[in-house]
Amino acid sequence: MLAAYPAGKQRSAVVPMLIYAQDEVGSITPELIEEVARRCGVQPLQVDEVVGYYSMLHRKPLGKYHVQVCTNISCMLVGGEELYEHAKKKLGIGHKEVTADGEFSLEEVECMGACSWAPAVEINYDFHHFVTPEKLDQLIDALRNKQ
Amino acid sequence: MPLYNQPSPLETRIVSKRFGMPNSASLDAYLATGGFQAFLKAREMAPEQIVAEVKTSALRGRGGAGFPTGLKWSFVPRTSPKPKYIIINADESEPGTCKDRLLMEYDPHQLIEGILIASLAVDAHSGYIYIRGEYRYLIEHMNAALAEAYAKGYLGSNVAGTGWHFDLYTHSGAGAYECGEETALLDSIEGKRGIPRMKPPFPAVAGAWASPTLLNNVETFSAVPWIIWNGGKAFADLGTPNNGGTRLVCISGHVNKPGVYELPLGYPMLQSIYEVAGGIPNGRKLKAVVPGGSSCPILKASECDIPMDYDTLAKAGSMLGSGGMVVMDETTDMARVALRIMRFYAHESCGWCIPCREGTTWLRKILQRMVDGNGRREDVALLGELSKNMLGRTFCALGDAAAMPTISIVEKFAADFDKYIVPEAVLV
Repeated sequence: MLAAYPAGKQRSAVVPMLIYAQDEVGSITPELIEEVARRCGVQPLQVDEVVGYYSMLHRKPLGKYHVQVCTNISCMLVGGEELYEHAKKKLGIGHKEVTADGEFSLEEVECMGACSWAPAVEINYDFHHFVTPEKLDQLIDALRNKQ
Repeated sequence: MPLYNQPSPLETRIVSKRFGMPNSASLDAYLATGGFQAFLKAREMAPEQIVAEVKTSALRGRGGAGFPTGLKWSFVPRTSPKPKYIIINADESEPGTCKDRLLMEYDPHQLIEGILIASLAVDAHSGYIYIRGEYRYLIEHMNAALAEAYAKGYLGSNVAGTGWHFDLYTHSGAGAYECGEETALLDSIEGKRGIPRMKPPFPAVAGAWASPTLLNNVETFSAVPWIIWNGGKAFADLGTPNNGGTRLVCISGHVNKPGVYELPLGYPMLQSIYEVAGGIPNGRKLKAVVPGGSSCPILKASECDIPMDYDTLAKAGSMLGSGGMVVMDETTDMARVALRIMRFYAHESCGWCIPCREGTTWLRKILQRMVDGNGRREDVALLGELSKNMLGRTFCALGDAAAMPTISIVEKFAADFDKYIVPEAVLV
């Protein structure tokens, strides 16, 4: 990853390195910040300030399955808000909360680029289109049964 | 790969011509359907000729601003001793927009070829595709396409056997609408918070790592191979004067057949709603249209009988924007739409400019209070006044993008706010 950027510009790898590292470790920890800073040749503070800016970077662990429901306008017009309310009930948690067993977390997200196939849900990095409450139940139940 | 929506026979398919073809993302399929012929042709042309052809095509930036692409290319100082970079904006985040996703998914090599042609024009030897973090599957998909192009000699030290050298990489974002703004994207790709820069200097002169940088949207680059192969004039002729070619229109909201459709510039808006997208469900009437992403002023139904090109939309007081067209029927509560749009901008404001940071937050609070049942009679005027105070007072366009739809909704749909106004409500 570092080799992709011009010589001396390895700071450029900070954001991608953070997100890939978060996927492995589960959250952005102080140790991870130190390590990214060391690899990219910057101060830990320069990495830390970036973490607070990007909405996909989390300092606390998410669930094993992170359910992201879009409620922005295209999704809202075709039931995105109702779908999000349904997801809250189904999982028994609210925005950016994690279930007690650590399996699921929920987030109401901004537009994620699935507007013409709304309402849309992304679970970890998998997109689901034209999602109804019934379809969401099936998706969540299937993941639960996988455990 | 199956398509997300059925194509329409009313489309003019230029950049989407390979969508739905078997293995359309593979290099072999691309080569078998004319791929890299335009690059070989461009390799024989003088750089100035390439730029001239793109100027003739009247191609305008497909990310949202609609700046003439050929002109942008001509700003890059080709003879600068500094390295020059190409950055591809694949941070597609404008609410209502879902087209660049398809261009990368179905035809990644068309994008690569467009980038390579641009590299000849501006003498760049490396490029970065900045893809929003939520599109992780596409980052992996593009990485596979890049690896295939390297393996078969269409990237690297001897592109298509012509001696041209070009390296191309993907770069992941991590969730920030603001990073779609080109100067904020540059800060992000340098490993910082994505905050807009003062212009000038423009990125063409001092962009990534303070070097000359050409920055365009995925769809803009994807149109280039066709333009070079068929000539700029042929592309220009598909559209209206000064608005060349076709573009992907993402139709969403209250329509029977939502989808991404490729239509020539100047295509009638009502026809796109009622014919291409199959009309409005349950026989309901049209109320409003967001013509090109949530940043655009909203049009009333009576304003929608217009051709869709940049100049006509500007004359109508809106923008063609990013091609994200959101259709709303008569049941839509525009106060709730205004609130949802403002929640988005308040969340996404990077906080650098005070009028945007404070303005979006206060607008959100007022709209939320109204929708929650505590609206005051003077709130509607206050929303308008606050929004207008944000216009033109920020480094980037996010402040304007939040203000403009709000101003248009308040002015055109004032009646939708009436039910939220409680006569006796007082300031708490």
